[in-house]
Amino acid sequence: MTITEAILAQHAGRDRVSPGETIWIDVDTLMTHDVCGPPTIEIFKREFGEDAQVWDKDGLAIIPDHYIFTSDTHAHRNIEILRAFAAEHDLPHYYDVGGDRYKGVCHMALAEEGFNRPGTTLFGTDSHTCTSGAFGLFSTGIGNTDAALILGTGKIWVKVPETMRFVFEGELPPYLMAKDLILAVIGDIGTDGATYRAMEFDGQAVYDLSVEERMTLCNMAIEAGGKNGIIQPDAKTIDYTRARTDRPFTPVYSAPDARYHSERVYDVSTMEPVVAKPHAPDNKAPVSEVAGTQLDRAYIGSCTGGKLEDFVAAARLLKGQEVQVDTYVVPATTDVRKALWTTEVDGETLASIFENAGAKIGLSSCAACLGGPPDTFGRTHGTEVVISTTNRNYPGRMGSKQSAVFLASALTTAASALSGVITDPRDVLVA
Amino acid sequence: MKETIRGRAYVLGDHVDTDQIIPAQHLVYSLTDPEERKLYGRYALSSVPPGQAGLPDGHVPFVREGEHRSEYTVIVGGGNFGCGSSREHAPFALREAGIEAVVAESYARIFYRNAVDGGFLAPFETSETLNDKVRTGDEVEVDTKAGTFANLTTGERWALQPLGDVAAILEAGGVFAYARQQGLIPT
Repeated sequence: MTITEAILAQHAGRDRVSPGETIWIDVDTLMTHDVCGPPTIEIFKREFGEDAQVWDKDGLAIIPDHYIFTSDTHAHRNIEILRAFAAEHDLPHYYDVGGDRYKGVCHMALAEEGFNRPGTTLFGTDSHTCTSGAFGLFSTGIGNTDAALILGTGKIWVKVPETMRFVFEGELPPYLMAKDLILAVIGDIGTDGATYRAMEFDGQAVYDLSVEERMTLCNMAIEAGGKNGIIQPDAKTIDYTRARTDRPFTPVYSAPDARYHSERVYDVSTMEPVVAKPHAPDNKAPVSEVAGTQLDRAYIGSCTGGKLEDFVAAARLLKGQEVQVDTYVVPATTDVRKALWTTEVDGETLASIFENAGAKIGLSSCAACLGGPPDTFGRTHGTEVVISTTNRNYPGRMGSKQSAVFLASALTTAASALSGVITDPRDVLVA
Repeated sequence: MKETIRGRAYVLGDHVDTDQIIPAQHLVYSLTDPEERKLYGRYALSSVPPGQAGLPDGHVPFVREGEHRSEYTVIVGGGNFGCGSSREHAPFALREAGIEAVVAESYARIFYRNAVDGGFLAPFETSETLNDKVRTGDEVEVDTKAGTFANLTTGERWALQPLGDVAAILEAGGVFAYARQQGLIPT
């Protein structure tokens, strides 16, 4: 069996499962946030009763992150609903807004708080829940109804997916990031190229990546329609997780005789920086092909491209320079944001580098990645042309239907911010 | 699930994502408050690019200005319908606007699952492209029992793909009703 099949079989109490079977499985972790948490709670109470108990308080993470820094009163009401539910059930893993507990973007927070335990199952009311698969666990996005069912029973039905294997070999050049690799894959197979299937990332170039960069690969599995993205755990995964949780876990691996739907092999040493052009994540082009495209804005943030490693990469290019377009820096979580003031590139903190370059540093949340209420930091309102480290560029995704978004790595985004036109990071990186 | 779903068709293209179905800024409304939930109907499909809204001509509003119910009952889409976010608000918004079935070549899996498990609408797959064989406003009929889709305006009829394992969930009216039928949760 593949790692995905093996985890699902274990959680169904079965020796083995096959792709195409519909099975009921046990859920280890359920995550929800401020957009889908309130309706999930409403359905939970409607179906199980006002006094119903959560199946496992330790398995539930409620991480508000979407519409936090806004004057929208409906958004505030949603936070109130989460807060009341957490108090009513005395929930240990509610990361409230407005205090020290606040985290920000849920997918990064799940990693930082030790929820991404290899071999487990994790469901979340957010399509980018597939991010957690970077730790060798089965994770996928669901809706409110399914989340409410889990909340009351700890169970969910799944159709066992076939697995597509993506093997990355060779040494990653300094001008490429995991974002380039996954944009290349999505461009090759299309936004429905992995629909209903697992995407397993493998090969030495994947294991050479940091845990954060591996998260970028799995994060965008959903942009190819994938059910889950997954990477077998190694020492890096286990060290990262052990440092953040005392809860037990047992790593699971793909068997040598595992059967795959298909396999694609990439030599990363020969790949180029790429973007996804407007208005779909599979609209791939080498940066060299769109270089010179006039920009109005650069945006570095989100679960995809707002991790510390993204900001270190951007800071390497922005140090001592000035941006030529409005540049928004949105650290995914409060931990990442704090690290901007403690992490240095050549003796200067990232925060100082960004401020001196003229970039605006925002508060940790999903912010403009998905548009959001009109007063959202970095949201588009007109015909802006944006280069962004986020994950989607469908019409209206960042707010305005008329704006156009190019998806790119933090390196390409920073290189482009410096010149005001789309720029290949190889033109800026000092050897 | 009704045996026959009949009404006017609203036709869309490929890759209609959840931000087009219900833009993210509207996800803040209550899904239970009788007045607030109407807003989901009002803003359903409000971010579809005008040229793609109501094919083949485009520029056809799905919901008329100031209203919250659509005059259309069935959406005929292309491939990868409902891609993008996991927001259950997407099938919910379509249902609030009056949509009872979507007929498309393929779906993004979370949208499909949400439509079924929430019991919001019936998502049928077709083996051939139909969004160029139906015009927005045509009278159409989905026969859920026979598994056929007909354009009553032109007289054409096509077979729908079998629903498979999810038929039982749709038949029950959603995953909670199904789970109770199966004894998975107490009644």
